[in-house]
Amino acid sequence: MNIKKALTQLNPIPWIAVYQVLKKRGIMGMNCRNRRYIARYNKRSLYPLVDDKLQTKKLALEHGVNVPGLLGVIRQQHDIADAQTIVEGANGFCIKPAQGSGGKGILVVLKGEDGRWQRTDGRFLPPEDIERHLSNILAGIFSLGGKSDVAIVEELIQVDPVFKEFTHEGVPDLRIIIFRGYPVMAMMRLSCHASKGKANLHQGAVGVGINIANGSAVNAVQKGVSILRHPDTQQLLSELVVPHWEQMLRLACACYDMTGLGYIGVDLVLDKHKGPLLLELNARPGLAIQVANNAGLLPRLRKVEVLSNAVSIDERIEFVRNNFGQA
Amino acid sequence: MITPTKSGLPYLIVTFAIIGLALIGFRHFVSGVPFFPGAKITVWSVEAKIRFDAGGGSAQANFVLPNAPANFVLINERTASPGFGLHFNTVGDTRYAEWSIREAKGRQTLYYLVEFEEKENPNAVKPTPPKIEKKRFLNSLATAANSVLEQAQAKSVDNFSLARTLINDFKTPNEQAQLLLQNSNAAQRIVELLMLANIPARTIDVVLLEDNARQQSLNMWLQVFDGDKVTVLDPKGLINPNTNRWIVWEQNDGAVFDLIGGSGSTIGFSMMKKQVPLITSLREPEHEPGLLDVSIHSLPLSEQTVFKSILLVPVGVLIVVFMRILIGLKTSGTFMPVLIAIAFMQTSLLTGLIGFLCIVGTGLVLRSYLSRHNLLLVARIAFVILSVILIMAFFSVISFQLGLTEGLKLTLFPMIILSWTIERMSILWEEEGPKEVVRQGSGSLFVAILAYLAMTNPLVRHLTFHFIGLQFIFMALVLWCGTYTGYRFSEIKRFAVFAK
Repeated sequence: MNIKKALTQLNPIPWIAVYQVLKKRGIMGMNCRNRRYIARYNKRSLYPLVDDKLQTKKLALEHGVNVPGLLGVIRQQHDIADAQTIVEGANGFCIKPAQGSGGKGILVVLKGEDGRWQRTDGRFLPPEDIERHLSNILAGIFSLGGKSDVAIVEELIQVDPVFKEFTHEGVPDLRIIIFRGYPVMAMMRLSCHASKGKANLHQGAVGVGINIANGSAVNAVQKGVSILRHPDTQQLLSELVVPHWEQMLRLACACYDMTGLGYIGVDLVLDKHKGPLLLELNARPGLAIQVANNAGLLPRLRKVEVLSNAVSIDERIEFVRNNFGQA
Repeated sequence: MITPTKSGLPYLIVTFAIIGLALIGFRHFVSGVPFFPGAKITVWSVEAKIRFDAGGGSAQANFVLPNAPANFVLINERTASPGFGLHFNTVGDTRYAEWSIREAKGRQTLYYLVEFEEKENPNAVKPTPPKIEKKRFLNSLATAANSVLEQAQAKSVDNFSLARTLINDFKTPNEQAQLLLQNSNAAQRIVELLMLANIPARTIDVVLLEDNARQQSLNMWLQVFDGDKVTVLDPKGLINPNTNRWIVWEQNDGAVFDLIGGSGSTIGFSMMKKQVPLITSLREPEHEPGLLDVSIHSLPLSEQTVFKSILLVPVGVLIVVFMRILIGLKTSGTFMPVLIAIAFMQTSLLTGLIGFLCIVGTGLVLRSYLSRHNLLLVARIAFVILSVILIMAFFSVISFQLGLTEGLKLTLFPMIILSWTIERMSILWEEEGPKEVVRQGSGSLFVAILAYLAMTNPLVRHLTFHFIGLQFIFMALVLWCGTYTGYRFSEIKRFAVFAK
């Protein structure tokens, strides 16, 4: 009897019951995503367009999609010495490995009041550490399979003040899943103290499901648990409404048209001055967005799958607004 | 419902499964390989020792060999006869060994050793009835023969009971029978009388099987035909006595042994009963392997040993596939656990585990020092490889000094793989913290131990080695896993929040 009791505590809901609920609500699993969507709709030859942030950036500029300003690219070990001249005069900058994944290897550097470089948490960052980071990127530490890489130095994003109360350190970003050109689901990722300024959900960031019809919050989670307020600022998360929603959706849809990839995650940020910017694209977007939205992806993907994708962005957004809006 | 593209993959999976099942079925039901390693067979090994005196010139000896008896399957035979040339010949239904020597003088000894498995022989050679040759008995013998035959016929209903009656009559002979036995033996006379009654019959030479018997001679038994039916009668008159206790050595109406250029031959049989694991008997193939019967056993013994471990790798691979696709366990390096498991098989589990943890632990400490020096990737990995080799040497020496020879087996770990593991874990440590390192590291070790347990399991080893068809089943399973789009077990936990 005691054993049975202990088991129910360990596993309050029987697995088979969970399975049935997941099935009924159309929650997508990893195997399903990989085989039915990624393998089928993402042509392998198009991957470099999104896996290499430099190529994404170039492509975006050609298609008139706004991206954060590029300060410079460091391709060789001996270019590292030039890094200081590249960032001269900037108020802060961000170093990214062009082929990094999952936010690995991103270093955000701010200018302190004393004019020296510092980390986002205010700790002093000696120039040698910046050079070491650049060297690591070039050596391929952060790229898949250890391929040698190049480092991108970008302008710092000035977070729009609307998000001030919704974030702690770091930059909040918006993830939209685009399937065959249709935006199907969206979430805001808010960094917090527990995530050390990072906006990745598995590192403890807050995920806020966003109503794809109007940009308002529908649900929020942290570490897989539903929450109502931001853990650091205590801001009520249900009050979050993403501004420029229409523009955000258009930007995301345009990413399908420019890459040709059928199933992508588009990461957008809202800059104080430049408005919505494309941060990066992901050809293997994660599944946590379902938890943040408290909704499964499959019902929406199935609806889109039978539609024509040869329609204008306006028509696509119109369809999404009418069909995927959440109460 | 979305269905995967019409690629015909289900057909491929089913085809692989059918090929696999067919090969397994063939190996089991036709070649007789058991599914369990413990299965044993009864083997009789019979040794015939032939001795004779050679006359000084050339000598030739023909020795009749048993040919596919009904209740035994020949699994192995060999001879020992130094100095003699040897040929195996088959004439009609008779198989014999022919020894010959250019010059031989004095006592000669020839050995013939044969091993029989005790089981129904599907390819048994059916004896053919001899031609009826009616012996002409003269005068009083003719009268006696007719009288004995008539009395026996009156007491019998068919050929076999007639033969049995005759045997009994000669055991306690009346006057006429005694007369017949004066110039011949009973078996010979019975055959002659049966032939007189138009019944095909012959005397045969039979070896009685008795465990640990030595210097046995051949026994003369009767073989009687009735149309298609044939029976064997022992001297007591029993028809087809307990079939596992004797082997028909000769049934060709001729002599068992034929010698030219020698004299004074004797033949003695020794025999022994053994319980042999079936697998040992399989190592000695008795026939040319057919196309369907391709097995690793046709390779030389040393290559067989290599394949024995290679054929286990798919088991480990299958476990990794299951763990990742169905369970959703994270491992560092997809198939690294399989390689670790192979190393464990050579080191034994405990030594392997301790060795692995020592090497990776020390490697991580060294690597964390390296990461401060901005080395280029290839050089860094190279340095880790060199350190791993030194660590191995160091631990081997230490354990040897402590009297633990087990430590010497550390060298069996795949060095390059270990170095990559260290590198990957070290990066993981820097990016995600030690918790993730422990999580993925223990995941890898868990899968490695599972693979090790499966790969050392006697049943698994037996099945993979003896049933090549299993590899096709593995292929089918892996392909099926590749089409599985359901939830991973870990996702049930991950998404449990939806069910609240």
